Amino acid sequence: MSSRDRILGRIRRAVADGAPDPAVPRDYFQVHGTRTPAQTADLLAANLAEYRAKVHRVDEDGLAPLLMRLLAARGAQTVLVPPALPPYWLSAADPTRIHDRAVSTAGELDRVDSVVTGCALAIAETGTIVLDGGPEQGRRRITLVPDHHICVVRVPGQVVDSVPQALRRLDPTRPLTWISGPSATSDIELDRVEGVHGPRTLEVVLLTGPAE
Amino acid sequence: MTGTFVGMPSFPAFPAFPEAAREAVGDGVLRANLRHATHTIRDKRARAVAELADWDRLRAAGKAVKDHTLRHLDRYLLQLEESVTAAGGTVHWAADADEANRIVTGLVLATGHREVVKVKSMATQEIGLNEALEAAGIAAYETDLAELIVQLGHDRPSHILVPAIHRNRAEIREIFAAEMGRWGRPAPDGLGDDPRELAEAARLHLREKFLRAKVAVSGANFMVAETGTMVVFESEGNGRMCLTLPETLISVVGIEKVVPTFRDLEIFLQTLPRSSTAERMNPYTTMWTGLGPSRGADGDGPSAFHLVLLDNGRTDTLADEVGRQALRCIRCSACLNVCPVYERAGGHAYGSVYPGPIGAILSPQLRGTGSEIDASLPYASTLCGACYEVCPVAIDIPEVLVHLRERVAQGGPVTREGVRVRIRPAHGHTAERAAMRAARLLLDRPAALRAGERLLARARRLRPRRLPGPGRAWTDARDLPELPPEPFRDWWARERGGRA
Ligand code: SF4
Repeated sequence: MSSRDRILGRIRRAVADGAPDPAVPRDYFQVHGTRTPAQTADLLAANLAEYRAKVHRVDEDGLAPLLMRLLAARGAQTVLVPPALPPYWLSAADPTRIHDRAVSTAGELDRVDSVVTGCALAIAETGTIVLDGGPEQGRRRITLVPDHHICVVRVPGQVVDSVPQALRRLDPTRPLTWISGPSATSDIELDRVEGVHGPRTLEVVLLTGPAE
Repeated sequence: MTGTFVGMPSFPAFPAFPEAAREAVGDGVLRANLRHATHTIRDKRARAVAELADWDRLRAAGKAVKDHTLRHLDRYLLQLEESVTAAGGTVHWAADADEANRIVTGLVLATGHREVVKVKSMATQEIGLNEALEAAGIAAYETDLAELIVQLGHDRPSHILVPAIHRNRAEIREIFAAEMGRWGRPAPDGLGDDPRELAEAARLHLREKFLRAKVAVSGANFMVAETGTMVVFESEGNGRMCLTLPETLISVVGIEKVVPTFRDLEIFLQTLPRSSTAERMNPYTTMWTGLGPSRGADGDGPSAFHLVLLDNGRTDTLADEVGRQALRCIRCSACLNVCPVYERAGGHAYGSVYPGPIGAILSPQLRGTGSEIDASLPYASTLCGACYEVCPVAIDIPEVLVHLRERVAQGGPVTREGVRVRIRPAHGHTAERAAMRAARLLLDRPAALRAGERLLARARRLRPRRLPGPGRAWTDARDLPELPPEPFRDWWARERGGRA
């Protein structure tokens, strides 16, 4: 008998006692509280900041100059660019653009200073941004290996209030990465230290203006 | 009775709980480290939970999802197998630790590589995978900072969430300075003991490994039957590295980790981080479904994915009407942080990768109660109920402890490796002596109980009045399982004149 059959057989015998089969109560909240879109954006900003992401707010006109300033402040010489990042986002930035290609190795990515991406959505109640590998975000690895990640969130179009709302908008077949603040550890005497393995600096730009 | 082997084969046999605990209680540094850690997390957790007005409903929903899944575990595992396969993954089934180790070792050898990077995973610790790989000439590198500390220190993990919680910064500095160079990039000269500096040394040491790794081994927090989606919660980004950069990914996951639908994750994405690290959300959660839409063709994520579904005593646990609720556990570690016994005894005293209250009910079920350590574990508790109160999936740990005490003391029917057998009472055997020593150790250490006492009044109303089924007779005949009508400390003061 294969282990598969053995395990399935054991399970069937184990539950043959007619264990109760409770219905799952779904009376938990779909959202915690009622907010205007502006309040939702404020909550997102506050929760991101509490988890030590740096938060910036800007409109369409200010985006390119802001991204230029943020990259300059880091002294970034090179910036990774996902395939479909709107070109005007980086139209004012000086650093050399590195286009991510399937053949780029992890070692090559490790030599890039910063990465700029969009996102799939952001969750206000938890201060989380979610990436799904879409064309404005690129491959998972590009937001992981460089030490500095700038993520642009369109407000209000890409912001939801809660985790249940987020799951309803996401496609589980896509590679999903949920990010809440920069990489962190509390393994040494529970002192929180940022950036053990992932990017040490996460900057989130809340972009207001006409969606898309 | 034979017990399925779960544990760490390269270490000597574990002493029974009382011996190990006695040693730990005498270790002042260990106790100070533990106390600081558990109290810090516990207070933060209470605040994070209080933020959600629907916490009790989320908890009830989480419990119900798990119970429903366990009830139909065969169906959901088959559905999972189908969806993972459809998404380009390969599913393997392992009845026990040996088989799982054989499968993983074979898969690694087939890649032609002799190094793997590992995401912190309790399932692979449970089966002793690192040792099995080593025996096959494969080096396994733990990449979670705490696991790295444990691995470099030739040590054992002592907490589910923060496995190196028993080490302070000075000890960690020593370990890094002495050991890193033997495995790869050495620690920088003049390394200090500031956590920031230590984390930086780990970053550099491990980055070298991530960038060249071709094979990774992980566990998973959840698997979604409907879609085949795997989910890993973490903080540091080492998980993302291992799940993304290597060419081959092998995930070893206990069969109880499956949930029916993608939507079910909305419950655990809210309850797990808050119960575990006391955060609204952990820094990183990675979800992947087979090889993804591009089938790994774009170099984003592995080009081969293997899922090893692990039984290793879980179906035997499922066969126990009272004990099966332990399979709801989502490994948040909240029960450890509130446990007055864990706080004093430390994680190593539990003799398994699952320490604390959950370990006290899980290990004797996965392994059977045949050994001294497993027979003593159901007694490693004050039954104060604090663990039940914090558990995000409402596992009634005290109820299971009492049930397992009955098994140790009275014997009775159990399922071992799928076969219904009857075990004899432990009378006169080493097992019972170990159990009685564990009970005595606790009663002899009133200070260990005090923290629990404060919770006792509140917890008492949550305790079942009497055990169901065969346990009833036992509760009628013995005093231990019922919570006393008065707090233990009052009883202690009366009986022993307050001598502490
Ligand atoms: S038993 Fe409950 S509280 Fe303890 S680790 Fe498991 S889920 Fe968390």
